[in-house]
Amino acid sequence: MCLIVNGREVAVPEDPRVSLLDLLRERLDLTGTKKGCNQGACGACTVLVEGERIVSCLALAVQYDGRCITTIEGLAGNGELHPLQQAFIDHDGFQCGYCTPGQICSAVAMVGEVRRGVPSHVTSDLAAERVALDRDEVRERMSGNLCRCGAYNGIVDAIFDAFGDSPEEEAR
Amino acid sequence: MTPFQYAGASDAADAVRRAEATGARYLGGGTNLVDLMRETIERPAALVDVTGFSREVIEQENSGLRIGAATRNTALAEHPLVRTRYPVLTRAIVAGATAQIRNMATVGGNLLQRTRCTYFYDDDGSRCNKRSPGQGCDALDGFNRGHAILGASKACVAVNPSDMCVALAALDAIIHLESPGGARRLPLTDLHRLPGERPDIETVLAPGELITAIELPALPISMRSGYRKVRDRASYAFALVSVAAALHIEDGHIEDVRLALGGVSHKPWRAWRAEEALRGQPASEAMFRRAADAELSEARPLKDNGFKIELARRTIVAILAQLAGEKR
Repeated sequence: MCLIVNGREVAVPEDPRVSLLDLLRERLDLTGTKKGCNQGACGACTVLVEGERIVSCLALAVQYDGRCITTIEGLAGNGELHPLQQAFIDHDGFQCGYCTPGQICSAVAMVGEVRRGVPSHVTSDLAAERVALDRDEVRERMSGNLCRCGAYNGIVDAIFDAFGDSPEEEAR
Repeated sequence: MTPFQYAGASDAADAVRRAEATGARYLGGGTNLVDLMRETIERPAALVDVTGFSREVIEQENSGLRIGAATRNTALAEHPLVRTRYPVLTRAIVAGATAQIRNMATVGGNLLQRTRCTYFYDDDGSRCNKRSPGQGCDALDGFNRGHAILGASKACVAVNPSDMCVALAALDAIIHLESPGGARRLPLTDLHRLPGERPDIETVLAPGELITAIELPALPISMRSGYRKVRDRASYAFALVSVAAALHIEDGHIEDVRLALGGVSHKPWRAWRAEEALRGQPASEAMFRRAADAELSEARPLKDNGFKIELARRTIVAILAQLAGEKR
């Protein structure tokens, strides 16, 4: 029983009560992923499972046996920031920074969802195969990530800067 | 969280067998059950993970859909046949929770999610008949702005929080169940109970009974359908009132209609009275209002939620007017 975290094999904890979030932070020392509410309300603990965003606080680690998890530590490669990390710096997409790892993981997966044509609450035409990524779409799709400092405008700017007007293109 | 045993299952029969042997609860995405376990409101001794099978959405020969219970909410909402044939269902799903939670949550689990009544969650400080039967209900005279206006009892005024279920109630969805006693099917509208004297019993499911699939009948009327949700925030909030509707108009008259309400009752509320009042009538706002009045004649406000009656009336009229005005 093991899962892959940022490319590294990790044993599934014996106690099934251990959440994926606690496995990451307390046992693997991957403290980039943050514990905010611990009840699925704030999004600070957002990580990627095979590219899909989830909240790791409500995930029992044992349910992710055999799955590939990417955390904020796994996004940057070869000593270079992920383009979205750089964009967050360029656009003041944070103040205290506590929500930032979750925001960034969430936005990376969000763009994948848009590319796939997943509709949101503000998508007007459900039959359309392509979704235009405007500011309303970004705000709605990122509503699972709260920022107590209120850096939302910078966050939206950073997402547009990194992923451009066309989410069809790969960001990196 | 109380310690528990965890096991996977290879298929529905295996899951049912394991649950019968251990008295286990079924675990889907965990977005509700894990939270309730952490609060020690739920204390199962064992969990059987049912996310490993029944994950497909399959078109039936009669052009209906069979949705495996472990299908994730996102997968159902984005399915091309759901978006085009049952838009109300996609609309309802994406109106609920967040992208992260919809990626985790299964549709079977969504059917069984429990109320977000704050008194139910307040294990240390509040009385709740749903948590501890016979204890009393602190919501009844407490802060009950978000609570029920239809079908409530003195024992419980909580509401069902699901958006998806409201759409399924309108779409005549059928639930497929499996248990040691065999398989059975049930209309979604019969799955959830009104609270009565036993608000702790929320569905008609027998202990150990497993939801394996949801069946959507072929329903041409659902092509013109929609979901309107009114909430305190623009996103990521439970409904104060929501309405799922489908409408078929011929020559200015209502040939057929489906209508269900959320945020108003202990169960997703199929508006049978309003539907009956609308069939065969002219498609006008006055008629929509009369139908809403018929449905809401039994509504009973609590101290803080009287506004919900007028809000439900306006929301019903608004979604029906919207659908009536849509091009075919």
